[in-house]
Amino acid sequence: MSVAAEPRRNDHARSGARGLSLHAKRVVWAWSFLAVPIAFYVVVRFYPTVQAFWLSLTNWNLMRPAQFIGFENYTRMASDPLFWKVFENTFLYLIIGTPVSLLLSFLIAYFLDRVHFLHGLLRALYFLPFLTTAAAMAWVWRWLYQPVPIGVINSVLSSIGIPQQPFIQSPSQALYAILATAIWAGMGFQIIIFMAGLRAIPTTYYEAARIDGLGEFAILRKITLPLLKPTTVFLVVFSSIGFLRIFDQVYNMTTNDPGGPLNSTKPLVLMIYQSAFSSYDMGYAAAQTVVLFVILLIVSLCQLWIMRTR
Amino acid sequence: MRRGLLTAALAAGLGFATLGSAQAVEIQYWQYLYPSRVKAMDQLIENFEKANPDITVKQVTFPYANYQTRLVAAKAAGQGPDVLQLFYGWLDNFVGGQLIQPLPSEDFPAKEIESDFFPIVTAMKRDGKYYGLPTAVRSLALFYNKKLFKEAGLDPNKPPQTLDALVDAAKKTAKHDSSGNLTTEGMTIDMGGQDHQWWREVLVRQFGGQPYTDGDRKVAYDDQAGLKALQYYIDFDTKYHVGKPGFMDEAQAAFRGGKAAMTIDGTFRLGSFADIKSFDWAVTELPANADGTRSNYASYFANAIGSGVQGEKLEASKKFLKYVSSPEAMKIWLKVVGELPARKDVALTQENLNDPILSPFIKALKYAHTTMFVDEEAQRQVAIDMVNRILLENQDPKASLDQAAKAEQQIIDRQTGK
Amino acid sequence: MATATDTLVDAPRSSSSERTMRDVRPGRVIAWTLLFLGGVLMVMPIVLMLSTSLKTSDQIYDLRIIPASPTLANYVSVLTSSEFIRWFVNSTVVAVISTASNVFFGGLVGYTLAKFDFRGRYIVFLAILSTLMIPTEMLVVPWYLMASQFGWLDSYWGIMFPGMMEAFGVFLMKQFFETVPDDFLEAARVDGMNEFTIWWRVAMPLVTPAISAMAIFTFLGNWTAFFWPLIVTTSQDLYTLPVGLSSFAVRQTVQWEMIMTGASLATLPTLVVFLLLQRYIVRGVMLAGLKG
Repeated sequence: MSVAAEPRRNDHARSGARGLSLHAKRVVWAWSFLAVPIAFYVVVRFYPTVQAFWLSLTNWNLMRPAQFIGFENYTRMASDPLFWKVFENTFLYLIIGTPVSLLLSFLIAYFLDRVHFLHGLLRALYFLPFLTTAAAMAWVWRWLYQPVPIGVINSVLSSIGIPQQPFIQSPSQALYAILATAIWAGMGFQIIIFMAGLRAIPTTYYEAARIDGLGEFAILRKITLPLLKPTTVFLVVFSSIGFLRIFDQVYNMTTNDPGGPLNSTKPLVLMIYQSAFSSYDMGYAAAQTVVLFVILLIVSLCQLWIMRTR
Repeated sequence: MRRGLLTAALAAGLGFATLGSAQAVEIQYWQYLYPSRVKAMDQLIENFEKANPDITVKQVTFPYANYQTRLVAAKAAGQGPDVLQLFYGWLDNFVGGQLIQPLPSEDFPAKEIESDFFPIVTAMKRDGKYYGLPTAVRSLALFYNKKLFKEAGLDPNKPPQTLDALVDAAKKTAKHDSSGNLTTEGMTIDMGGQDHQWWREVLVRQFGGQPYTDGDRKVAYDDQAGLKALQYYIDFDTKYHVGKPGFMDEAQAAFRGGKAAMTIDGTFRLGSFADIKSFDWAVTELPANADGTRSNYASYFANAIGSGVQGEKLEASKKFLKYVSSPEAMKIWLKVVGELPARKDVALTQENLNDPILSPFIKALKYAHTTMFVDEEAQRQVAIDMVNRILLENQDPKASLDQAAKAEQQIIDRQTGK
Repeated sequence: MATATDTLVDAPRSSSSERTMRDVRPGRVIAWTLLFLGGVLMVMPIVLMLSTSLKTSDQIYDLRIIPASPTLANYVSVLTSSEFIRWFVNSTVVAVISTASNVFFGGLVGYTLAKFDFRGRYIVFLAILSTLMIPTEMLVVPWYLMASQFGWLDSYWGIMFPGMMEAFGVFLMKQFFETVPDDFLEAARVDGMNEFTIWWRVAMPLVTPAISAMAIFTFLGNWTAFFWPLIVTTSQDLYTLPVGLSSFAVRQTVQWEMIMTGASLATLPTLVVFLLLQRYIVRGVMLAGLKG
């Protein structure tokens, strides 16, 4: 590397002399580097995207060739009570999952950041769930939620005198029980990112604030939180997308009544999966994926908008 | 030099060998992956190849969950099987999707089929043509735990024979802890298992109704009989507290774990219950109603010929299909898989009727019904939700029944293109 | 870059530790205790899973964390009666190849977009970035169609092809390559290296933190992926670990000790590897998070 600095001027002179040809050569290099990736993105991303839109306008069901049926799949969706139930569930996952997990993660990161004693161990404890496989842990949680005498949580509850809860067997509790699993799995990541964000704030800001006599809470409110905004926005969007696309946990925790009981836990992605791969209703499934796409697009655009007005 | 000669000789030999095998027809047989079924089919293929040295059969298997998608995908790629197994309930879809062709009537005359096979075979018939034939059929029976019967003071050799007796036995065998939680089920309640078949084809009929009319294209259980049947079913939970949906996760799991005195399940469960060691169990016919009317739900996988098969492959496929639905094949299937022969004379032998485990299932075939599902999974879901709405959300049974009927009719109409 | 994050990662903020030294207030002790209890609660499901996998079927009602008489019998039984080893190999192959491909192409494209000046550069970047907005769920039906038409169902390639390149990697690498001074590259050019060698030999080694961050994410993502492998694999031989575990668990019904053993087998490999490399992983996650 020490060689690098010296012949710089020399090189500039030379490239100036050859000018165009060198530039043209580099353009050729650039496009040859990009050729395979561009082909990949066109074939595996863009073409299928267009195809998904097209399929959503057909009645293709694997068994018969696709026929154009206009917006029938969309009107069917609008009048399908199951779709609205699923829509509601998906938003429940989102609007409860995101704030709860972010609030918890922030609190933990905020205090973890200040803890010195056994810091590495504590951090590892919180980070570990992020490294697990959702499909595997869903089965562990399913077991934890069982009634006595199998279920650990209910055993603990009844040993301290609280009546046992049905959890994933109840239409009113199942969604939250599954959501807890997803929050648990995602928190490690969020905590680490929050900690990175907290540490990226220069200490001088805090020192200045302290000299000004601000209390801990005022510092949190006036310095930490505003400066943490980019991190928070990133995490809000990242986890929102995660909750909107929840599948692994629901699929594995409700295998004997997928998305049940009474569709109370069924998210959009599971409905897509069932429409496509158990009813073979590919056109209808494609229309549902377009809806998912629009929802995610709105969430992402909101992020851009918030970042812009920062 | 010598090596060169050897290579030439080998090449020549190989050439002859391939020439020889080129004359033999190879056909592909597809079924879903289930160890005992694969094993039985291996035996059948071996016997068949021995009798037909010019035909080789290659067996290809896929897990049940992916089996249908795989078939459709193979058809899209033009590499479908020659002979394949399908659930009788998939027939309309498979015919519509042109996955299979009708059996030539000169080789498989309808009249012969109908006199030899159990009546449920007609589910494979469309417009007078048969599309497939089963090797084996399955039916339901009541499994009961002899140990729990004894503990409850019941005679373990006198299982309940009527619906009322079933309730009594369930009440006697159920156990609760001090705070009233169910710890042992008297009778399992699990619509996700086989109960939806029991309710649809058995209970509804026993209470005087009919699950469907119009060739199973019109839902008919939303009447007084259907309601009574539903009430009878949910009473196990709401009135007698002897069964609970979700108890031990699944009915068969509760029974297997010795935590349920009775459960309704099919022939296909015999294998997995066979290795229960902690208690003795037995099987009996599904209970009759007060008039003595019995009913049952039977189902089967049939073998059919792929749509594009022709020429010598078609000839070979016909031969193979004939063999796998022959009495000999049925006997092997019964021995290896434990499923019941689809031909009456093979099933109703004295030996089988004396078998304490097989006879309840075999007797049932005489009065069993099949449901012509259009989308079995979706229709099962309707039944699951119907019961859950009542048990988990306290919906009025009548309202729930009507809602279920409406939902199922919609599924049927959509699939049949109405 | 690396050194800066090193200090970020390894110890808590120095000023706060000074403060801790200054005043050991009861509030801090309480905070620590709560954090510790919370952490224990977080790992509890994992601990219970492992402990149950060491119990026999009649011990699972005994909720002691340390089994009365731990046994590896479940592991022996699961490994001999199912195809866990095969699934493990499948997952490893898929995750390793996908990771290598993502690092290679993500690096190449990120580098080209950051360091080459040519017309259409911005459009290519935007086009690739826009794929981040397309949820994979939307593409599974077309992908499935594609895979069945080309006969890719039930093959490693079928599992891998949709994820061979991810836009996030391109974005991350581009960000990092922009911080690499042009001088280094010019120097290499003077030495007569061709552009590919410059990228591979000179530029890539300069962004190893980004590469490791990307590698970790891609590997973890592919290792735990469930939705697409569930759809595209049909024969047991090609299941990945999560799909295999799911089908295994369904078949076991209530034999929870067996399911916990399967879940442990699916989880332990990453857990062990990643615990050993915890420092790097935390750093990688932080880097990716900060840049993203």
